[in-house]
Amino acid sequence: MKRSFFSGPYALWMVLFTIFPLIFVAFYALTDKNGAFTFANLAQGFENDYMKVLWRSIRLALECTAICLLLGYPCAYILAGKDFSRHKSLFVLILLPMWMNFLLRTYATMTLLEDTGVINSLLEKLGMQPKKLIGTRGAVLFGMVYNYLPFMVLPIHTSVKKMDERVIEAAQDLGANPVRVFFRVKLPLSVPGIISGISMVFMPSVTTFAISRLLGSGMIHMLGDTIENQFMTLNNWQFGSALSLVMMALILLSMGLLNRIDINKSERTNNW
Amino acid sequence: MKRRTRRIIIIAVVAALAIAAILYFAVFKNRQDKLIVYNWYDYIDESVIEQFEEETGIKVNYVNFTTVEEMYTQMTAGNNSYDIVVPSDYIVERLIKEDKLAALDYEKLPNAKANILDTMWAYSYDNGNKYSVPYMWGTMGILYNTEKVNGEITSWSSLFDPQYKNGVFMLDSIRDMMGVMLKYQGYSLNDFSDEALSKVSDLLIEQKNNGIVAGYMVDEVKDKMIAGEGAMAVMWSGDAMYAIMENDKLAYVVPEEGSNVWVDAMCVPKDSKHYDWALKFIDFMCRPDIAKKNYEYIYYASPIKQVVAELPAEEAENVAVNPNEEILAKCETFTDMMDKMEQLNKYWMKIRN
Repeated sequence: MKRSFFSGPYALWMVLFTIFPLIFVAFYALTDKNGAFTFANLAQGFENDYMKVLWRSIRLALECTAICLLLGYPCAYILAGKDFSRHKSLFVLILLPMWMNFLLRTYATMTLLEDTGVINSLLEKLGMQPKKLIGTRGAVLFGMVYNYLPFMVLPIHTSVKKMDERVIEAAQDLGANPVRVFFRVKLPLSVPGIISGISMVFMPSVTTFAISRLLGSGMIHMLGDTIENQFMTLNNWQFGSALSLVMMALILLSMGLLNRIDINKSERTNNW
Repeated sequence: MKRRTRRIIIIAVVAALAIAAILYFAVFKNRQDKLIVYNWYDYIDESVIEQFEEETGIKVNYVNFTTVEEMYTQMTAGNNSYDIVVPSDYIVERLIKEDKLAALDYEKLPNAKANILDTMWAYSYDNGNKYSVPYMWGTMGILYNTEKVNGEITSWSSLFDPQYKNGVFMLDSIRDMMGVMLKYQGYSLNDFSDEALSKVSDLLIEQKNNGIVAGYMVDEVKDKMIAGEGAMAVMWSGDAMYAIMENDKLAYVVPEEGSNVWVDAMCVPKDSKHYDWALKFIDFMCRPDIAKKNYEYIYYASPIKQVVAELPAEEAENVAVNPNEEILAKCETFTDMMDKMEQLNKYWMKIRN
């Protein structure tokens, strides 16, 4: 039996659920309501109002990715180290929230942050002034970091864990102090994990819409919200598709840039 | 040997096809014999359907949608055939315009003819109810928390009152939000002149910049108001009624400047294969005992005279389920505005950005 036989189902899956939908999106984006070819939808996507939304989404996604990296790297590094490698339960704790549906988690976060929510009731009991948390940019950012942090920790953890002990020992034998070992050996070796983590966090962040709606109370309008609106209430599939295309192009572009950093790494653990 | 194998395979395939065909036609025939009712999700007391099946012997296939746009797409684009659909007023208007609905024979609708409220016959989406029979209806207004506002709320202007900073939930629905704000400014609900729209959107932008808006939401607002978040929210009467039943500190008002009145109405698509059955079902829904069951399940305003007359005192006073005629006189239905949504959205994007 040929080996390609086994890839058949997978190819079929890809064609049905990736290629076909993509063709549909491109078709809608490049036609008007009567089915005639047009660039008008794409051009509309570059209008000022939509660029503002796009810029807001990108900025929030970048901030979320940066925070996840700052929090996630030390966490993954420590968990992969000798002291904790026997304590699997700690690692499971990182994964645990992912076992629950993210909408449920976001609803739960909402009840934490509301004006009459857990945090503000607590503040009030302590005699402090309640703070407006829900419906702010900070709340959305918090929700995004909370949801996407495991996607940063996992790939970094893997790449740190896979590091060849002998290389590190060699550096130590040659007289490098721990700081030098980290910056000259360990950090460069974990770059594939970092890049993989960045793309895993950035992509869902830039397209998020449920988190911004629930925690931002609809005050922080994101690109995902705008696209959903085009499909669900305006019934404008053409423009919705065009916006989706713009977003996909953006993601491809940033992934391409990231991969260039990664290009001279022999060992590639990232998914791109 | 080989030929025999092939013959067996052919026989097996033919047999399988035959069985499939029989099954298909059995199911298909079964489907043909049912009355297909396409209604909003969770919008009927399901025991009513059973009762209909028992009394008439007609089997019902009850299917649901969650947005009226979804219903419209399914009905017009798909090759589904429905016998009864329950769209909102402006979609009824569009369907009539597109010649998709069958005219109703009121000789076969004695209950509808006698029991529908006199005020429910002359709305512009279908004047005289020639193609549609009202099923449930309601208004749009302000749900407010009596403990968090000063005095009674009577006007849309309260939505702009600085003392309710970070306390007002707006509806994340372009058409409805812009519509009632047009009413507030003395325009018609359906006035989409640039002058009217820019005036209204300036107001809404200022309201947001002043920090009065706590959020733009649809489904989540009910729960927030029940939990005691926020001072007031723009809301449909049906949702407001639900919230009031959960939290008795809440009250609902249709502001004095007037508002939107909406009707969900039962229609028979032209391509229905069971016109007579469909009319039977519609008339059944207009029977006072059945309409009452549905009212008590859904708690939206009922268009049936007897149901309104028999409302318990507390509910009769509640404008959410029993709007008085003085208020209604100031309310309007939406006209079909599919081609104007883009224009509205331009203003809405400016407000939300």
